[in-house]
Amino acid sequence: MRVGILVNPLAGLGGRVGLKGTDTAEIAARSLALGAIPMAGARMALALRALPREVTVLAPAGAMGEAAARAAGFSPRVVGEPAGVTTADDTVRLARAMVRQGIDLLLFAGGDGTARDVLVAIEREVPVLGVPAGVKMHSAVFGATPRAAGDLAGRFLHGRAATVAVEVMDIDEAAYRVGSVSARLYGYLLAPYAEDVVQGVKIGGGRSDCLALASIAEAIAQAVEPDRLLLLGPGTTVRAVAERLGVVKTLLGVDLVRHGAMVAADANEQAILRALSDGASATVVVSPIGGQGFILGRGNQQMSPDVIRRVGLGNIVVTATEAKLAALHNQTLRVDTGEADLDHALAGYRRVITGVGIVAVCRVA
Amino acid sequence: MTAFHAARWNEPLIQELSEAGARGIIPPATDPAIMQAAGDVLSRLPKALRRAAPPALPEVTQHRVVRHFTRLAQMCMGFDVTTDMMGTCTMKYSPKVHDHVARDHRLADVHPLQDPETIQGVLEILYRFNRMMCAIAGMDEFTFQPGSGAQGIYTNACIIRAYHAARGDQARRNEIITTAFSHPADAATPAVAGFKVITLMPGAMGYADVGALQAALSERTAGMMLTNPEDTGQYNPHIREFVDLVHGAGGLCAYDQANGNPLLGIARAGDAGFDLCQFNLHKTFSAPHGAVGQGCAAVGVREPLRRFLPKPVVTFDGERYGLDVDRPDAIDKIRAFLGNVQTVLKAYAWVMSLGADGLRAVAETAVLNNNYMLNRIRAIPGVAIPWPANTYPKLEQVRYSWEPLFQETGVASAEIEDRLVDFGVQHYMTSHVPMLVPQPFTLEPGESLTIAEMDAMVAALRAIAEEARTTPERVRSAPHNASIGRIDGEIPHDPATWAFTYRAYLRKRSAWSGPRSPRATRKHGGY
Amino acid sequence: MMAKGAGFTHPYVPNAAPEPRRRLLAAIGVGDIDELYASVPADLRLQGVLDLPPPLPGEHDLRRHLEGILARNRSCRDLLNVRGAGCWQHFVPALCDEIVGRGEFLTAYAGGPYSDHGKNQALFEFQSLLGELVGMEVVSPPTYDAGAAACSAIAMACRVTGRRGILVPALMHPDRLSQLRGFTQPAATITTVRQDPDTGLLDLADLRAKLSSAIGAVYIENPGYLGSVETGAPEAAALAHAAGALVVVAVDPISLGVIAAPADYGADIVTGDLQPLGIRMYGGGGCAGFIASRDEERFVHEYPTMLITPSPAAGGGIGFGWSTQERTSYDKRHEATDYYGTTQWLWGIGAAVYLSLMGPKGMVELGQGIMARARYATKGIAAIPGVRVPGQNGVVFKEFVVDLAGTGKTVAAINRRLLGVGIMGGHDLGTEFPELAARMMVCFTEVHDRADIDRFTAALAEAVR
Repeated sequence: MRVGILVNPLAGLGGRVGLKGTDTAEIAARSLALGAIPMAGARMALALRALPREVTVLAPAGAMGEAAARAAGFSPRVVGEPAGVTTADDTVRLARAMVRQGIDLLLFAGGDGTARDVLVAIEREVPVLGVPAGVKMHSAVFGATPRAAGDLAGRFLHGRAATVAVEVMDIDEAAYRVGSVSARLYGYLLAPYAEDVVQGVKIGGGRSDCLALASIAEAIAQAVEPDRLLLLGPGTTVRAVAERLGVVKTLLGVDLVRHGAMVAADANEQAILRALSDGASATVVVSPIGGQGFILGRGNQQMSPDVIRRVGLGNIVVTATEAKLAALHNQTLRVDTGEADLDHALAGYRRVITGVGIVAVCRVA
Repeated sequence: MTAFHAARWNEPLIQELSEAGARGIIPPATDPAIMQAAGDVLSRLPKALRRAAPPALPEVTQHRVVRHFTRLAQMCMGFDVTTDMMGTCTMKYSPKVHDHVARDHRLADVHPLQDPETIQGVLEILYRFNRMMCAIAGMDEFTFQPGSGAQGIYTNACIIRAYHAARGDQARRNEIITTAFSHPADAATPAVAGFKVITLMPGAMGYADVGALQAALSERTAGMMLTNPEDTGQYNPHIREFVDLVHGAGGLCAYDQANGNPLLGIARAGDAGFDLCQFNLHKTFSAPHGAVGQGCAAVGVREPLRRFLPKPVVTFDGERYGLDVDRPDAIDKIRAFLGNVQTVLKAYAWVMSLGADGLRAVAETAVLNNNYMLNRIRAIPGVAIPWPANTYPKLEQVRYSWEPLFQETGVASAEIEDRLVDFGVQHYMTSHVPMLVPQPFTLEPGESLTIAEMDAMVAALRAIAEEARTTPERVRSAPHNASIGRIDGEIPHDPATWAFTYRAYLRKRSAWSGPRSPRATRKHGGY
Repeated sequence: MMAKGAGFTHPYVPNAAPEPRRRLLAAIGVGDIDELYASVPADLRLQGVLDLPPPLPGEHDLRRHLEGILARNRSCRDLLNVRGAGCWQHFVPALCDEIVGRGEFLTAYAGGPYSDHGKNQALFEFQSLLGELVGMEVVSPPTYDAGAAACSAIAMACRVTGRRGILVPALMHPDRLSQLRGFTQPAATITTVRQDPDTGLLDLADLRAKLSSAIGAVYIENPGYLGSVETGAPEAAALAHAAGALVVVAVDPISLGVIAAPADYGADIVTGDLQPLGIRMYGGGGCAGFIASRDEERFVHEYPTMLITPSPAAGGGIGFGWSTQERTSYDKRHEATDYYGTTQWLWGIGAAVYLSLMGPKGMVELGQGIMARARYATKGIAAIPGVRVPGQNGVVFKEFVVDLAGTGKTVAAINRRLLGVGIMGGHDLGTEFPELAARMMVCFTEVHDRADIDRFTAALAEAVR
């Protein structure tokens, strides 16, 4: 069992001193000057204490991992060191180096920014779990607490947790600092999924995510009329639908499909509006963002209020695996199109396709 | 907590007790005259159908068989042995006298196809209990044929299907609506019966609201099948409006009364407008749960659905009891013959012992006990009560959450569940799927327990929560004082190591220590 | 009885009594129990009390009442019984009654590997012992009954093959066929295969003609519903396999000391009823089914039941877990293709005790003794003037058909006369199959001694005269 660990020592600094994120070296420096105390290493150590002792820990030198490992009582195998003050480039380079040396899991301490760097470095080559240490943690890759993350990592290493693709979200920090939220979907990491934690040996595991996706894809393929223009939103759920329709979909983009053929990949708002301009009847297929429940306005802003009105509120198909719905607070979906009137019109109750012949009804708020 | 230890016999498998030549029992002798007249009967079998070698059953002398199964019995935590609050199971005391009466040869040695005139007693019990259930549920006729709650709910789905088929509307009306916290059978059995299933998700109150139902209703609605209170112990107060809306859309309403214990004598399915319902006699009506055996569902219908009940229906002409088999609209058989009639007898006896006031006392006490447990468990650090917006008292059970404790310690509800056994009580139920409540546990104390028993359960939970903070490995490696130690959790799921018979176990045991592949992938063959 | 809120004293509801009730209400700070029902709208609350008979809270009074009703039954100990047809009178060892009557088992339920270790071991042993009888390495814990087991097994075969067609014997057990029709209505198509009404044997030519690439399951009963050993079963299985179908064989497990294990003549899945194995009839409540197959993943993944499996335990020994529960309707919910719930596990424990007692020799002696009695009975009955035993020249196990057409009397009339002399006559097949009017199916088992058989034969001769 080999675990690579990665600490972003600057993560979270901005939060304590009211600077929101810590995306640039300048903000990090300002934060430290304002008296922020680096916490990411301590939080990583907390997580590591939940790991089995026989685990081999790989870590970059010093504050990027080694120190935390030692604090938790491990003797890490040191893999490289940061070039100076830790940068995103260091995160990417050192994560790659650990993957090359062979690890079963990468545990990182940071926030959404760090998660983005990890995504750039390793995509879905090895499973990744985040120890929450940032200011913003919109991504589902993070454990709820350092202890919970460590615990889940331990279960995963013992073969008692499956993996699932989770969104890496981040918001524009500059905009966030002035009070505006504009979340973006950057991609997907593979994260351990703790079905075992709740179900235990007596019950065994649940259905695999992969089968649930296949069932969803089949259900939607049966439901949509081929001559409609399909606006396929981002994410693995909708990508599975596209595959079933015979289309290779972009993971992060909104793709337009008709008669089982790609009309436009990764279309922006203008391209979508153009495609709709001939008055064609269209259907939007979207899946909520994991953990948050946004079906519109997060990661798919290309489907603007104009687009949604053109398509028609009755032509929005929402789909999600049951596991994804279960993880939403009160199983509630959310919309944030940027227009209050439209959000209001979209609110209420909506059918969510969860598989062939099965539907859940969720509240949209 | 001092020194509980379960019986731990390390009892071998029965096959391991085999000694060549030993006999456990001698079958009835065959008269030599019969043998002579019949001739060599085995030689009449074609070679391919004649057993070549006797089955490889163990050879064990009688007293050792007695001890073997007595020891196995001692390693079980049934309600006769200890406290059992498993949620959704309605564990309660099953009076001994019922079992003694049921063993009477005038029930135990009755053949189901005897002429009605020779089983007037059986038919009388079925008939009388039918009328009692009609009074309890506000229905017009019951059948006791289904052998479990799930089969009872399946029966409801079949009746809904038959109703729409009789109106020529079966093809169009193909959707059943249920809720996320109804028993899984409310979703599974209509799916088996060919329906599409729509699940209403709970809102902030922990139950679905009227808007969710409205979004689900359409001209395709065949019916609604749900529990209320749901498996969370929360009663949906909008139930009458639900029923009216479903009726307005042309669907039928089936009330799964698996959680009916808190409503006996308080509220009736028929009065809420339901068209059909089902009760678990082995839960609410005290018939013993039989190690997952001898279940019985009482399925009740209102007059318009009476003609769809499965054959036979017990009749009474004022003098004699009979069996009505001339029922052209009846749904197909659900279970062989009349069902588990011994279970019906026990349920009948229970109602006869308690009467109307007693049933109401049962319901009220189940609710009172539950709210007492809630009050005490709420005070255990690390426990959360889901849906804080819902401030109604709970009815007969509560779905609690160990999420705060899990966040703090990493110890999961499933691990606490295993540790509970070390305290001399039956483990709890976590939750059915979907697991919408994180780290769930569900307790239903029922009406049978004393205050001391409830206090002991609370003390055990509190002690384990404390252990999770101080010595989490103690919890995680549990049980320590049970009849057996913690088992390997992967071996049961790996095709290379699972073994469903002794023969397979002998063949695969060697793979237990070798490298193991991960969990088996589930496969479908289509269909 | 007691005024509202004052309490109710009864041995089954301790906290309904005034003192504990007061204590509990005080502990939770509630003045009246009604406050706890705040979520139940007033207009749904029952006004008044349930209309039920006056109660009998005293145990003695209750027992007298119950036994008074049961006294209106005449059991198969009071009568000489030769009726079978899906539930059969067999010898029940005292130990079977003793063990299934033990409170620890009787009042256990959903306990897991640690709390109910003994229950799980007993059920694993049941699976194992039955596996030896049928020659299969996978056996389910009990299902509801043989009909439910047949439904599940046939549906499994259809899912494994991806085919919708089902072939069943035309003269199969009618209740089982009804269960199967209801269960497979949305998903499959049933076609019946002719059987010779005299011999009860499958018409293999008809089977061959109806086999096609659409057939997923061929269901065979052995012995058949009419009692004959299905001597064509090996050939039927070979034909089915050649057409790509799977073979489901329903057996009478008590026959398997002498009749070949179905696995040895081509069965892919085996079903049947446990009731003959030490379970009392209970007016049909003794019925309990099972499913068995080879240990292949494609089969195991389609079982709708729990499956109990050993697993090494910390500190030594083996414990028992439930395997791959995601197969069951508990996990699959609305994606379920079958359902499972509280089934007849107690009878599985009874059957495990029975097979442990009988051992290999007992099962062989039983099978031989039963076949000899049935054979002896056919000879005596066939000798009655006007009475025919059409299957006499075939092989019967414990049941066979008696043709009474030559007597000019109906089965009902004959049975009435038999009942008059304390005999529960055979099953009237005409009530199920119009073409079998005037035929009675009788059953002889190890409980019948020579005097019983001779008495029945003589009484029948008298009744048809």
